[in-house]
Amino acid sequence: MSDTHENSVAFVRTETIPEREPPFTASGPVKWMRENLFATPANSILTVLALLFIYLILAKTLPWMLNGIWSTDSLAACREILDGSTGACFSVLTERWNQLLFGFKYPAEFYWRPTLALVLLAVAGAPVLFFDLPRKLLAFTAVYPFLAFWLIWGGTILVPILAFVGVVAGAMVYKRLVTGSFAAGFFGGIGAAIVVWWVGGFLIPEGASDNAMLGAVPSRDLGGFMLNMMLGVTCVSLSVPIGIALALGRQSSMPLIKVICVVFIEFIRGVPLITLLFVASVMLSYFFPPESTVDLFLRVVIMITMFSAAYIAEVIRGGLAALPKGQFEGADSLGLDYAQATRLIILPQALKISIPGIVNVAVGLFKDTTLVSVISMFDLVGMIRGPILASTEWNGVYWELLGFAALLFFVVCYGISQYSQWLERRLATDHR
Amino acid sequence: MKKSVIFGALTVAGLAAGAAAAGTLDDVKARGTMNCGVTTGLAGFAAPDANGVWEGFDVSVCRAVAAAVLGDATAVEFVPTTGKTRFTALASGEIDMLARNTTWTFSRDVDLKFTFVGVNYYDGQGFMVPSELGVSSAKELDGATVCIQTGTTTELNLADFFRANNISYEPVPIETNAEAQQQYLAGACDVYTTDASGLAATRATFEDPTAHVLLPEIISKEPLGPLVRHGDNEWGDVVRWTLNALITAEELGVTSANLAEMSGGSANPEINRLLGTEGSLGEMLGLDAEWAKRAIAAGGNYGEVFEKNIGENTPIALSRGLNAQWTDGGLLYSPPFR
Repeated sequence: MSDTHENSVAFVRTETIPEREPPFTASGPVKWMRENLFATPANSILTVLALLFIYLILAKTLPWMLNGIWSTDSLAACREILDGSTGACFSVLTERWNQLLFGFKYPAEFYWRPTLALVLLAVAGAPVLFFDLPRKLLAFTAVYPFLAFWLIWGGTILVPILAFVGVVAGAMVYKRLVTGSFAAGFFGGIGAAIVVWWVGGFLIPEGASDNAMLGAVPSRDLGGFMLNMMLGVTCVSLSVPIGIALALGRQSSMPLIKVICVVFIEFIRGVPLITLLFVASVMLSYFFPPESTVDLFLRVVIMITMFSAAYIAEVIRGGLAALPKGQFEGADSLGLDYAQATRLIILPQALKISIPGIVNVAVGLFKDTTLVSVISMFDLVGMIRGPILASTEWNGVYWELLGFAALLFFVVCYGISQYSQWLERRLATDHR
Repeated sequence: MKKSVIFGALTVAGLAAGAAAAGTLDDVKARGTMNCGVTTGLAGFAAPDANGVWEGFDVSVCRAVAAAVLGDATAVEFVPTTGKTRFTALASGEIDMLARNTTWTFSRDVDLKFTFVGVNYYDGQGFMVPSELGVSSAKELDGATVCIQTGTTTELNLADFFRANNISYEPVPIETNAEAQQQYLAGACDVYTTDASGLAATRATFEDPTAHVLLPEIISKEPLGPLVRHGDNEWGDVVRWTLNALITAEELGVTSANLAEMSGGSANPEINRLLGTEGSLGEMLGLDAEWAKRAIAAGGNYGEVFEKNIGENTPIALSRGLNAQWTDGGLLYSPPFR
């Protein structure tokens, strides 16, 4: 039996073959290209077309960019130097960068103030965005809005201090009363803040801003990308809490609150943002005496905040609707009251589901801040379309300016989107 | 901002009290600055320079009024307005006067309740074509494609003109002047039509301006002038006669160079009345005797303002044309200072 096959095969290998490199076509970049770029004939055609497309774009833009002029003082001088050859005129950026970033009326000697405010924004925003950081940093976040206001607008320091004191007073009254009932705490807190502001308004001497440590800058002098950032940051940070409140109000079992929230959301969502901005800039001035209107910046912030709050409310309502009913019932069965259940069980889950939607609204909102250029506020786009393109030196420079604007917006929006993806990964507690 | 919240809340309560406003002239004097509405940017007419200082042809009118009323040509708060916000800004009292290349029309004067105090630039709709097209008259444009801004009076004027001359055209609708520039240069249309001053300013920015010609036909009347609210005639008079003072100064040969010499007294009694060494014209206006002298000193007389901002030595290179003095065959004709 054992001999049956002894000589039936000519050769039997007794040791393993030494490992060899995989064939050239099945490894390295060639394999990757075969699998990813040229897998099928259709795939290959698309790859070739895409490469051709990229080549055509680069062939046009690269010489234009590399041949760019950075140091002239007018478009005519650029054309003189280029002398018919293609090339960008980036000189407009080097000459007018300050107007693009800060607007044309913000005093140049104060540029450090908004810049510092931006740096501090990173410090103040970090503990909110990255919750692994020590919670004590939140104290600075609480102070930041008043500090930033003082840095950017300048004037007497008493105004932001008064505003801060009012908020602190309101918070203290709220803490004292909220144990009795939420409504008492809420309205008591607001009332206390208003009383402090009202009384404090008389204590600030007239003309206190004239000799202040930081020179006062009126809102009308703000502009450029600074204005976009300020509007974007303020409106997003205000509209998220308001949106949460509206979403919860819309699900409330109390008819009055529910009706108010539904009407507000549906009305605001049914009106274009640009209409609201026109109302803010044009219509409201009919209702105030000419000398004492509410600041235009504030009016615009209110309108954009209302607009985005309505959208965020609907996003969060989607998150609330996605929660299984068992979560609500489970919270009830633990004996938690409405505030506790919402804060500890419902919202953490609903908000996590809503992150992509909220970020979507935030990115859209940030880009929508350029709409303020139609009500003659000189944000980045307003600066380009108005003063810079209307100047005799730079009339006719389009690609360089709008490309610069696109670059700034892309950096910010891409940053927001990357943060939200990190946040989603960080909060992924399910095991899908 | 927080402060204005507080003040805003207070003023809502005091709305009724604030409604009883004094005249604009007194308001401006009390405030110490004048709020002047200008465009958000139009080459030669109004645009801030690299240092953020407004300059231009319309801006000079604002500065002259501020110099006449307040004695300081820089005491102007320029409020940029768009085509959509300009009239409400004026009607609501946010600005004291509007100098924003605005055409004086019947409905704006009568229906919108404004008072146009005069004309500081006589404009009209014109045509620009590439010179290689070999066209010398708009009547040869049969079948041409025309770039035209939608929703403007220029669109209606164009239709009227082509219909009246029984020739056809194909409109290429565009939204803004900047877009028009690109479309025209890219060859999307044979002709670009808008106000003649705008065409000249646009052509000035081209790489090769000589390759494009402006056709001689002007097919509409566009008298551009400063305006104020209806119902405040004292303030309207101040703006009207400041503009007239600049025009009269040119007619009488008073320039910013010889102003000091002239105000010492001259043989021409009208110059003396204008500059306040004779008569009491300033007093009648509610100003002091030297109001017109300061207005002229602010940027020179009308001709100097024109030459400096949009004249033939600037990139805009507009000739005086209709905007010459009536003695030179133009339309500028100021009522006498008497």
